[in-house]
Amino acid sequence: MILGLEFPPISHTIEWPALFLKDTPFEVNKVVLLMWLSVAIVFAFYLVASRKQKLVPTGIQNVAESAVEFVREGIVMQTMGAQGLGYTPFLLAIFSFVFVCNIWEIIPGAQMPVNARIALPVLMALLVWLIFNFVGIRKQGLFGYFKNMMFPPGVPWPLYILVAPIELVSTIFVRPLSLSVRLFANMLAGHLLLISFAVLSTALFSASALYIGALAPFALLVGLTGFEILVSFLQAYIFTILTAVYIGGAMNPEH
Amino acid sequence: MLYVLAEQDPGELVEGLTAVGRGIVYGGAAIGPGIGIGIVVGNAITAMARQPEAAGMVRTTMFLGIAFTEALALFGFVLAFIISG
Repeated sequence: MILGLEFPPISHTIEWPALFLKDTPFEVNKVVLLMWLSVAIVFAFYLVASRKQKLVPTGIQNVAESAVEFVREGIVMQTMGAQGLGYTPFLLAIFSFVFVCNIWEIIPGAQMPVNARIALPVLMALLVWLIFNFVGIRKQGLFGYFKNMMFPPGVPWPLYILVAPIELVSTIFVRPLSLSVRLFANMLAGHLLLISFAVLSTALFSASALYIGALAPFALLVGLTGFEILVSFLQAYIFTILTAVYIGGAMNPEH
Repeated sequence: MLYVLAEQDPGELVEGLTAVGRGIVYGGAAIGPGIGIGIVVGNAITAMARQPEAAGMVRTTMFLGIAFTEALALFGFVLAFIISG
């Protein structure tokens, strides 16, 4: 407590009371509801957009087509090349879902990014981990996959003592960890940042008679809200592009 | 100094030191990635300015580089919350 200003503890900002099925493993709270809503929104969006396809797209079909093109040209072609085009639907689903889950951060009334709880990022990172390992083993064989991973060509052989364990740990353990923690920590940090400035603005608004004191933090809050839109998009983009890079790396070992 | 410390509840001291530790953990974890992201973005801008036609490819690689570098700072951010007195 500083000068009558009290920041809520972390647990108050990300933990929500259970709404249904209390005290069971299937408790439903606001975060779970928002996650279901995100699934429904993404599903409905692409369903409606592809319902009546026109040669010259208008309205919602236009938005959906630019999203598809963004993923195909901006992510798949840049990282995996033409042979990765089959993964476009998967990457598009990941991108849209992560973005909608993130954007709840700034929607009035919701204001809770689903990815600020680590459960969903961990689940998605494990899914990506399963897929890229499966693709690697399928394309290169079990032995070849681990050989190409641990013994990249072009390295003098004494360095393999150092390189092999590092590559193994970084591919098998650090990749899913950093993929999930990156998304989670970015969204949590943004959420806490917005909360801090909202608390500061309200405290100063009620404290000073002229309301002047609240102007600066409020202006910053508005600016940060815009910044969080960018972060939501960027984190969805980075999650998708890293997925593409991991799958692409498993398909084509470095020569 | 010691006199003041002796008058306090030991729990308060632990709490304060925990807060200091959290600050140091996050601050320390942010130093390296801060420098690293600066280098990544700086070089990407140089590359884009020299060869504007390659800007798309450079941008993709730049975001990848940022993502890998930034992960360390975020580990520190998460660790700062995990630390408890």
